Amino acid sequence: MLFADTVVADPAVHKPKVMAIIFIIGFVIFSLMGLNDTIFGEFLRPAIGEPAESGLLGNLAIGMVISMIFTANIILIGFLPFRLQVLIVWFELLLLFLTFYYSFGLDFAFIRSKVWFMISQGVFTTLYISAISITLASIVAIFGAVAKLSSNGFAYAIASFYTSFFRGLPLLMQVYLIYLGLPQLGYVIDAVPAGILALTLCYGAYMTEIFRAGIQSINKGQWEASRSMGFKFGLTMRRIILPQAMPLIIPPTGNQFIAMLKDSSLVSVIGVWELMFLARTLGNKDFKHMEMLITAALIYWCLTMVLEVIQSRIERHYRTISH
Amino acid sequence: MSEPIIQMIGVSKWYGSFRALTDIDFTVNKGDKIVVCGPSGSGKSTMIRTLNWLEAHQEGKIIVNGIEMHKKMKNVDAVRMDIGMVFQHFNLFPHMTVLENLMAGPMWVRGVKEDEARKTAMKFLDRVRIPEQAEKYPGQLSGGQQQRVAIARSLCMKPKVMLFDEPTSALDPEMVAEVLDTMIELANDGMTMVCVTHEMGFAKAVADRVVFMDEGAILEESDPHSFFDNPQNPRTQNFLSQILQH
Repeated sequence: MLFADTVVADPAVHKPKVMAIIFIIGFVIFSLMGLNDTIFGEFLRPAIGEPAESGLLGNLAIGMVISMIFTANIILIGFLPFRLQVLIVWFELLLLFLTFYYSFGLDFAFIRSKVWFMISQGVFTTLYISAISITLASIVAIFGAVAKLSSNGFAYAIASFYTSFFRGLPLLMQVYLIYLGLPQLGYVIDAVPAGILALTLCYGAYMTEIFRAGIQSINKGQWEASRSMGFKFGLTMRRIILPQAMPLIIPPTGNQFIAMLKDSSLVSVIGVWELMFLARTLGNKDFKHMEMLITAALIYWCLTMVLEVIQSRIERHYRTISH
Repeated sequence: MSEPIIQMIGVSKWYGSFRALTDIDFTVNKGDKIVVCGPSGSGKSTMIRTLNWLEAHQEGKIIVNGIEMHKKMKNVDAVRMDIGMVFQHFNLFPHMTVLENLMAGPMWVRGVKEDEARKTAMKFLDRVRIPEQAEKYPGQLSGGQQQRVAIARSLCMKPKVMLFDEPTSALDPEMVAEVLDTMIELANDGMTMVCVTHEMGFAKAVADRVVFMDEGAILEESDPHSFFDNPQNPRTQNFLSQILQH
């Protein structure tokens, strides 16, 4: 929440002028859309007669009705408490989204026949590739962060070159470079390890910066207290600094994991049987691209929603225990 | 009793071109209780921090327990183990309970067994009179309690000398006394102490010697009686008249 002011202005949706403007804009847009040959025209058949022959007048009438429903909807939602507002607006937007895809005339029997395989094979692969990669990336990031903070020229140079390179190249290119480049050096790498390696190196570079910021945010006094008791560098880092930096590091790392879950779709280009790869190959065979892509999209969305809930739980947990 | 624990011989230190310490000669013998005072920016904190080498000096010699502190030294941790340090801002480890704070040092660097470390920790918590706070986190304690925990944490390492860097400056006025009481008890038990502080009452009560610093140099060093009643240096006189007029 932003800072909540004590003086509350009337919500815009309760100002007649604002709502009048919204109504007029809605009226113009919905009229221009020419909806008289759609389901809306059918609904208004008693008023406008044969929809296809109603012409401009029919379109204006439809525009008027939709705009009225739209405006009334906004005004009514404006009276509700915050939580209910959120719930209803979410529900309405979701409904719109679903009608949009429903209007494609998708083959749901086809989706039903494939969806279980997409989940058991695709989601599983996507999740385990992401989980392994984020774990390895965290380890890379700790070393990267320590190197970036060190006064050793070599370590700093290697770490900053690494972060610059892997943050500077598109992930897709890194996937290709590793999968096709390593065999040039005489080491043939399988698709899954290549994908994990690419994701690890790319996200390790981003997370190096997260870890560095986390470590740097710990008060210098913690180092001084540790060192003055004779703790060595590694001990201080492991037992004193990192445990305190974790509450700052874990929330953005959760974000990175969500981003990685979706970026893992890029390793489909080298033939890893993850969600995106399955969506393309399963759809190709029967020319049902849209069905599979939308299914995969919804699965990705559901996965990230679950992860976002977990992420916000973790964030809350660390907010309450940080003193 | 003139067995030196810490010796500074002609020590100078620069921050860039700014000279923070100028030709410091200073000796701490076993059992000494020394109070260092002076106006802010006079180098007293810098000096006490060079004693366990949290700050490096550039010229002169610092010898602790017979070991000279220098850039290439291998056993700085071994030296620091024997020097307890109490900071202005306590610097307790906020993610560990009070008891864990006290047990960490002995267990991790002295290799003491857990049972024994716990026993020692409780003994010193008793001594600073907050044994009931053992399972709490530092953030749940008052400033005065935190500073007493910090003192106990240093004591658990069984140090040969204790350094105090303005231990009461960050405390609310009503909490200063409880920390000073702890320090006075410690002094009465014979602990060797070097203490940077503005608490002149404390200096009068326990100090064997009072050191006055200004602009990075030691201007006056004498027993508290002559220091307060008969200061020699005009800047000492000026300083004392300023802090004692209220």
